Amino acid sequence: MATLDNADPQTDALAPRSDELADPRRRDYLSIAAVSFAGVGVGVIALPLINQMNPSADVLAQSTTEIDISKIESGQAIKSQFRKQPLFVRNLTPAEIAAADAVDIGDLRDPQTLEERTKAGKKNWLITLGVCTHLGCVPLGAGEGENKGPFGGYFCPCHGSAYDTAARIRQGPAPSNLHVPEYEFTSDTTVRVG
Amino acid sequence: MSFPWAKHYEPKHPLMKWVDDRLPMPRFVYNAVGAGYPVPRNLNYFWNFGVLAGAALAIQIVTGIVLAMHFHSSAASAFDSVEAIMRDVNAGWFLRYAHANGASMFLLVVYIHIARGLYYGSYKAPREMVWLLGVVIFLLIMATAFMGYVLPWGQMSFWGAQVITGFFSAIPGVGETIRIWLLGGYAPDDATLNRFFSLHYLLPFVIAGVIILHIWALHIPGSSNPTGVEVKGEQDTVPFHPYYTAKDGFGLGIFLLVFSLFIFFQPNLLGHPDNYIQANPLSTPAHIVPEWYFLPFYAILKSFTVDFIIPAKLWGVLAMFGSILLLFFLPWIDTSPVRSSNYRPTYRIFLIVLLLDVLLLGYVGGAEATPRNIILGQIAAAYYFLHFLVILPTVSAMERPRALPNSITEAVLTGKGGTSPQETAMNSVNPVAADKGL
Repeated sequence: MATLDNADPQTDALAPRSDELADPRRRDYLSIAAVSFAGVGVGVIALPLINQMNPSADVLAQSTTEIDISKIESGQAIKSQFRKQPLFVRNLTPAEIAAADAVDIGDLRDPQTLEERTKAGKKNWLITLGVCTHLGCVPLGAGEGENKGPFGGYFCPCHGSAYDTAARIRQGPAPSNLHVPEYEFTSDTTVRVG
Repeated sequence: MSFPWAKHYEPKHPLMKWVDDRLPMPRFVYNAVGAGYPVPRNLNYFWNFGVLAGAALAIQIVTGIVLAMHFHSSAASAFDSVEAIMRDVNAGWFLRYAHANGASMFLLVVYIHIARGLYYGSYKAPREMVWLLGVVIFLLIMATAFMGYVLPWGQMSFWGAQVITGFFSAIPGVGETIRIWLLGGYAPDDATLNRFFSLHYLLPFVIAGVIILHIWALHIPGSSNPTGVEVKGEQDTVPFHPYYTAKDGFGLGIFLLVFSLFIFFQPNLLGHPDNYIQANPLSTPAHIVPEWYFLPFYAILKSFTVDFIIPAKLWGVLAMFGSILLLFFLPWIDTSPVRSSNYRPTYRIFLIVLLLDVLLLGYVGGAEATPRNIILGQIAAAYYFLHFLVILPTVSAMERPRALPNSITEAVLTGKGGTSPQETAMNSVNPVAADKGL
């Protein structure tokens, strides 16, 4: 392609001398504009192709769940589901609350107090996702008789992450505490998650 | 390109002449894997494994296409449809066992093929592009194998998908968004299964395409050989057909015998009983392990347990991907001009230690995370990186290699085809060859 950088003197000599055709930069502009137009078009078409991979409307519609907590005795926990992920609802005993409060926050990998992880006046209700923050396994400790790990909370069997009674990471490869989802108490016995 | 003495395709039948003038496909095949491709005369059986890998891919594609005719890619019915294949579909058990064990056979021959390349320095100039394309194929095979393992929707399938996509959540900031985008939800479900099925069907054809590039790049300099000495003349080569078609055919027979032993006698030996339990998002199996061929990489992932500047989880993921990406740089990390380890007495020992180290990583990857195993894995993972980043450059710079033969033919005619280090060690007393070497 003839451009200013590699103009061919022979053919240029034969070319008509009108300004329009003799200025190769004009052709460069047209080429760049045409390719850019196509490039933007490809980019626009790529958007829906990428976006289709995101969660679809029916998956997003599962984003609130109501849970009845009236049957959970002190010291017990249940496994529910929120957005197809396991959800742990735990009724902490006074001893477990005391154990969680006794921890020096400065020693924690992901510093949070039990207060920050529960609702005001409902400090015994610990509601977290049952998804280990390492690689997503379901930690043990919610079911009756399951291994609660060295800190009395949850223990992930996959890579050995141990959580304490406030479901805070204490040992092992997981980077952060078990995630506390958005939730609110709609009555004393009902929780709406999401 | 080929050597000047390569035989030329001359169609005899008028029909073949007619075809050759219009679409020279038979000529292309003749020059690629026929008598038109001259190959070093001293290849040993380790040179069978490229063809075996190609055969394994063909078996996977054929059995896979047939299995797809009976498989339902829905979280509700995928597990049942696989059971129906096992019980109701005519010869379904055979097709599924062939496909499941075929994946293991494929990875097995690919690992031997890679080890061959490492030992005989097949990645060195002028074959760097062959090696780079090979690493690309390896990555594609791993992705395909992982997504295939998710399809039966058993417990290991589900939790494998959960853990592997969890790697991406280690990326700071956008990690969780990427993970949800990959899964199409917050946990593996219908959307995940469907897209994995689609990609699992697509990628083998992409692999086949990259294999064509791999062979194309190989045929420009021609095949390497156990001495690592380049072809010097016609006497150093034999035509691919019939010499290596016959040798590869024999190797293929052995491959199929081993394959049959798995299919007909131990079809579940390499699988996990947990995968015969339907996926349950609320219960993680007590001991999640990937398929055997991912265990060394899984061990590297598990070796990072303490945060250091960045979180331990991110270290693990970076190291695991890094252990494979490192292979892309191998042709430039290894600066020794000698290809074959038979002539590199020091490097040869370190390479064998590396291969043992990878086997140790494989053991640790499959074992439970006890304190002993974690430390063992950390040492083995550290050694893996030490080998490529420190030992290999150092040895390349300091090692005094053995004398190379003057030509492939000289090595063969003196009974030292370069296939055994002991034989070549005797060769090294020849000072003339030592001067001409390299």
